[in-house]
Amino acid sequence: MPKHHVTTTINADPVEFLCSTEQTLLDVLRDVLDLTGSKEGCGSGDCGACSVILDGRLVCACLVLGVEVQGRKVETIEGMAQGDHLHPLQQKFLEHAALQCGVCTPGFLVAAKALLERKPDPTETEVRYWLAGNLCRCTGYDKIVRAVLDAAGEMRRS
Amino acid sequence: MNDVTMKGLSERLFKIVGTRPLRPDGVDKVTGRAKFGADIHVANMLIGKVLRSPHAHARIKSIDASKARALPGVKAVITSADLADLPSEFIPAGEMMVNYRDMTRNVLAREKALYEGHAIAAVAAVSEAVAAEALKLIEVEYEVLPHVLDVAQAMEPGAPLLHDDMYTIGVEPKPAKPSNVAKRVEFALGDIAAGFAKADVVVEREFTTQPVHQGYIEPHACLASVSEDGQAELWCTTQGQFIVRSFCAKLLGMELAKLRVTASEIGGGFGGKTVVYLEPLALLLSRKSGHPVKMVMSRTEVFRASGPTSGAKVWVKVGATRDGRITAAEAMLKYQAGAFQGSPVQPGCMCAFAPYDLDNVKVVGFDVVVNRPKVAAYRAPGGPIAEFAVEQVIDEVAKRLHIDPVELRLKNAAKEGTKAAYGPKFGPIGMVQTLEAARAHPHYRAPLKANQGRGVASGFWFNIGGETCAALNLGEDGTVTLVAGTPDIGGSRASLAMMAAEELGIEVDKVRPIIGDTSALGYNFLTGGSRVTFSSGMAVIEAARDVIRQLCERAAKIWEVAPDEVIWEDGHARSGKLALSLAEIAKTAGKTGGPIIGNAAINAQGAGPSLATHVVDVEVDPETGKVSILRYTAIQDAGKAVHPSYVEGQMQGGAVQGIGWALNEEYIYDKDGRLENPGFLDYRIPVCSDVPMIDTVIVEVPNPRHPYGVRGVGETPIVPPMAAIANAVENATGIRFTALPMSPPRVLEAIDAARASKT
Repeated sequence: MPKHHVTTTINADPVEFLCSTEQTLLDVLRDVLDLTGSKEGCGSGDCGACSVILDGRLVCACLVLGVEVQGRKVETIEGMAQGDHLHPLQQKFLEHAALQCGVCTPGFLVAAKALLERKPDPTETEVRYWLAGNLCRCTGYDKIVRAVLDAAGEMRRS
Repeated sequence: MNDVTMKGLSERLFKIVGTRPLRPDGVDKVTGRAKFGADIHVANMLIGKVLRSPHAHARIKSIDASKARALPGVKAVITSADLADLPSEFIPAGEMMVNYRDMTRNVLAREKALYEGHAIAAVAAVSEAVAAEALKLIEVEYEVLPHVLDVAQAMEPGAPLLHDDMYTIGVEPKPAKPSNVAKRVEFALGDIAAGFAKADVVVEREFTTQPVHQGYIEPHACLASVSEDGQAELWCTTQGQFIVRSFCAKLLGMELAKLRVTASEIGGGFGGKTVVYLEPLALLLSRKSGHPVKMVMSRTEVFRASGPTSGAKVWVKVGATRDGRITAAEAMLKYQAGAFQGSPVQPGCMCAFAPYDLDNVKVVGFDVVVNRPKVAAYRAPGGPIAEFAVEQVIDEVAKRLHIDPVELRLKNAAKEGTKAAYGPKFGPIGMVQTLEAARAHPHYRAPLKANQGRGVASGFWFNIGGETCAALNLGEDGTVTLVAGTPDIGGSRASLAMMAAEELGIEVDKVRPIIGDTSALGYNFLTGGSRVTFSSGMAVIEAARDVIRQLCERAAKIWEVAPDEVIWEDGHARSGKLALSLAEIAKTAGKTGGPIIGNAAINAQGAGPSLATHVVDVEVDPETGKVSILRYTAIQDAGKAVHPSYVEGQMQGGAVQGIGWALNEEYIYDKDGRLENPGFLDYRIPVCSDVPMIDTVIVEVPNPRHPYGVRGVGETPIVPPMAAIANAVENATGIRFTALPMSPPRVLEAIDAARASKT
């Protein structure tokens, strides 16, 4: 079967790739473009480990087809730090020890970034419900929620 | 938050241990740079996939893979015929036993498929699509057999037999007939009948738990490459690269030195990545095809074919005098092993009454095979199931005697010198201290409203040591590369670097810790048994002392003084007024005798048990049966918390896994023995909005057998939650839940039944 030629923008860079019809955006990111920061924990949209931002909207890359990103803008974990500056969320995750194994961390960071872009001053409850689509089995979520709230505070101040 | 009680060990003033530096591997993990099991690919690589049994129990009459082999793009197909059969023998492997006869049958079914999802064959092909197509072309002729899933049914005479040569071990005389009961174990102390005779109150209950999965977010994944001369490389997500090497070499008849195993970053394990599934298949497919082969499980495969922990039936009877002294305690534990023997019933039995100082104890356990995936270790394997039962009966005894449940536990708490029913006399342990911390915590006195309840439970875990190596390599600029052989699953590179820096007297950021592959160090037992900060920490400290000895010798040489005139203090060799820093000595090491490396190869002994007490408040919605966790406080003895943030993280994570076990998680099978909920949508682990903040109190009763007083902390936190929550639900509703999970339908049904019986 012929592959599709897709032109898109990933982390502000112009990107072209070929993909088959059934390949998901997650397959493309990981297997074609070597952007393996987005993880596959379930392949069914239940764990959030593949969270990316598509035209400003938080999505699971495993539920989007590669061909769907033609002409659109994709943001992944690889685009979160600017040069050698970590995003405040990344810095706060480190300071709060908000990761143990770290496999869910990229998804949480992307999801939290999408939250703070919409709502710079979320309550604890809002953070918890926004992040309810991201599974973490190590931390019990306590330190993740603290890190997001702390990062939100710092981003508002700066 | 960090409530510290010091006792026993001479009080050492630490500079780095006990602080909270950023973890050295952190940046890679927040930027997506860290490479997990499925994150690499190499040139010329094939994709491997597994054909799995659709039946819970079936004889494999024939497998015809000729059509699959003929499909263009298929490079290899394997079945159990490609693996040598191995004899049945039990080999200790940490907290579990290994039997290669069973292991080879679990990785590829031989005579029979013993559970839905059991691997039957595997293929390697040029793409995932071709591999998937090839699986469909493999023709397997099955003779479907009756199956059994329930532990009590599996023990009945006439139950479908999984293994017709399994005769129960541990009963005299040897049974005349085979059964599904692999083993009976018993631990006893004192005179149980006399103990119950002295009791004023006796409580007896039976409990049921369901199998639950470790639920690591990263599925099993590996990449194998075997060259034509038999030398092989294996990259995989595992809790132990050395045990993977041992297992695979044995299964495939390879020499250990020919197989180099590299542990990738690991996306959670909790015991579930202490076994092999894909790894031997990928090696075999690579050997057959001459290509590197990558294999990754889907989430469905993880649920259907990788190890949950046991479902169980547990009977407990406890007797006590009016003043709250327990006179006798008895239990019978029946654990599902899955398709092959080896449930954690033995550690379950050993844990059952371990938090208590008792004169009369009897615990009997049965290891029972059923047509489910072979269980794997899951965080304190066996312990949480036993304590779910015991800690509820203890709660009920307290209630019957009108004694506060913490007071009752304090009256009976195990302490230094207590003889455990499973044999040893305890050294210093923190049961009393965690209970006192619970009693003193504001949480314990906070008011409750209608439909709310509070529960308390304690928990015990042994912790282990074992074979461990570590190396410290000094750079000529005075920085140190630390090589450990235990995969870092929750921040251990931070704690190991801190201990190296503490001992050497240098800044922690001068130490770069890495996890070595199997060629970098001698044998290391796996990351499990809460052993890494204890055992690898002990090895790192010993390696640091080896470095210090050499640094002092070099300084003596430079100063032309006797080596015994040089001491090591604050990161400097000193002799009188002379002083040289580690960096200064390292700089000239080439001229004073060559490079400086420190090594340790030990069998770490003296792991200290860790005890915990958890306090939880719940609210039960009488209209829906939903149990909400309102407040949670986890208190635990860490011995010495090297990096308190990651100790708290273990306590919080274990508590929330326990909340899932208590309230939601279970395997649901249909009548044909097929798993109906093999995904995160229907097997629902706790999400962020399900739980509150988890408050922690770290108690420190130093372990005298570790240079810094460290105990393991990772496993104990999952032991108390299920009982603590059940006790809280009872406190809120007056209904004692003896079966897990306490999911809304079950809770609602019980509330409705209680209402109906009142009217």
